[in-house]
Amino acid sequence: MRIRFFPILAHVLALIAVAPLLWILISALKPAEEVFNFGWPAQWTLDNLQYVLLKIPMPRFMLNSAIVSVAVTVIALFFHSMAAYALARLRFPGRGIIFSGIMSTLLVSLPVILVPLFLVAKQLGLLDSYAGLIVPSIFHAFGIFLLRQYYLNIPRELEEAADLDGCGYWRRYWSVILPLSRPVLASLSVLFFLANWNAFLWPLTITRNPDLRVIQLGVSGMQGQYASAWNLILAAAVIAAIPTVVVFVAGQKRLVDAMKTTGLK
Amino acid sequence: MTRRRREALAAYAFLAPDTIGLLVFVAIPMVLAFGVAFFKVDGFGNYQYVGLANYKLMAGDDQLWASLKVTAMYVVTFVPIAFVVSFALAMLVRNHFKGIGWVRSAFFLPNVVSLVVVGLIWQFLLVDKRGALSRLLAPLGLGDVSFLGTPSLALGTYVVISVWFLMGYQMLVFLAGLKDVPKELEDAASIDGAGPWQRFRYVIWPLLRPTSFFVVVNSTIGAVTGLQAFDLVFVLTKGGPARATSTVVLYIYEQAFTFNNMGYAAALTTVVVAILVVCTGLMFGFTRGGRFDED
Repeated sequence: MRIRFFPILAHVLALIAVAPLLWILISALKPAEEVFNFGWPAQWTLDNLQYVLLKIPMPRFMLNSAIVSVAVTVIALFFHSMAAYALARLRFPGRGIIFSGIMSTLLVSLPVILVPLFLVAKQLGLLDSYAGLIVPSIFHAFGIFLLRQYYLNIPRELEEAADLDGCGYWRRYWSVILPLSRPVLASLSVLFFLANWNAFLWPLTITRNPDLRVIQLGVSGMQGQYASAWNLILAAAVIAAIPTVVVFVAGQKRLVDAMKTTGLK
Repeated sequence: MTRRRREALAAYAFLAPDTIGLLVFVAIPMVLAFGVAFFKVDGFGNYQYVGLANYKLMAGDDQLWASLKVTAMYVVTFVPIAFVVSFALAMLVRNHFKGIGWVRSAFFLPNVVSLVVVGLIWQFLLVDKRGALSRLLAPLGLGDVSFLGTPSLALGTYVVISVWFLMGYQMLVFLAGLKDVPKELEDAASIDGAGPWQRFRYVIWPLLRPTSFFVVVNSTIGAVTGLQAFDLVFVLTKGGPARATSTVVLYIYEQAFTFNNMGYAAALTTVVVAILVVCTGLMFGFTRGGRFDED
């Protein structure tokens, strides 16, 4: 009895959990006058999506988000893997202190330092620029931590061979460690891409220029501009969500691996 | 140059980009907040030293106290509910059954979507009388209730939405913890005659202490100062109605960027940091850091 009951319960709950997401997907494909009707639309339409893509600079917002997300992901993974390599595999004075220092920044979340971070960014001339959207988002200890854990488990012998061949530290990192870390880098890139594509607070704070607006700002702006045109708001929300769902489905296994490691190990 | 020296220099070079970045964009802002708190900063960026005036302002700032209360109420409701729900989900999908992959993904999927989109979804579902959820609740006599527009209900609604958003993530953390519970221990307990409840209480639960500790600390920090305390509120209610959902981070944002009181906002930041440090310390003390070897 129990064996059958719990899996069925799990399926039902799973369906309830995704129902809101499915609901807006379907609603975004309904004509304006049907948007609050229950069930399938009497008539499917792509008008809402088309309107949002053509009449609102949605492509521009998406491009901005894509530029920022990809840039942050690539640069962050490069810097983080370098730092993690040093922390995991090199011996040097002050290693313990630097490691604890880096880890202690994990306690600081963006909303906490928002105001002073804004002042720093202003001093550095980063307001209203791509650099302002990208540079401060790169630095986060979480990636360093995860990569370090991974590098601790790579056997020493692999590096020693390279050492005997006369490779310097850079070659060992670049030609031995980096190729070996493809799986963990892939996991992290899924995570970083999602986090940056979904970023809202920092872009809201640092940009005024409409041309620099990222997708989340664009979508939340729909609220004010098209207050009761729910068909259009939902279409924009769906457009903002689709890349994340696609990236999730494609990188699901990797994401789950990264998440599991975060919690505990 | 000795080998040891070369190794150290290489290490510093490898560490330089991230260390400098973390200093400039995390550590310095953190410290700066404590400095800026002693200044009044006007809209043109002129700083005027005012000593403790910003801190003195707090005493009479009703909106601050209201937002601290909102945040506290949010934490004490959200954290336990999210804990129980995500733990229950983890137990539910712990063992293999047909379609388990889809079930786990389904619970996680809300976490993939941005909080902005999450906010819009729930607003749509709760639109007065016409929203899907409002209509589903109509037979219960709740159809006319404006969940986000009624001060006494808005925060509760916001808790429910946050739980929906976060449960999949926490479920995965619990699943990872459950994987480390040795099957043999459970089997041994079974042979000794332990029922499901006893196996849970005396085998699984104690072994999950570190995981539980992580989940509680993580979701508390998230609830006090995380993005959900800002993004979701900003999109859903902007702190309303009647400031019933004005979290402290939203309030700081308003002080800094709506009213241009950067100095006051910095002072508020330092208070939040202090509260957070105390909370984490207390939790650490109560749970002995999530250690599980003492009982």
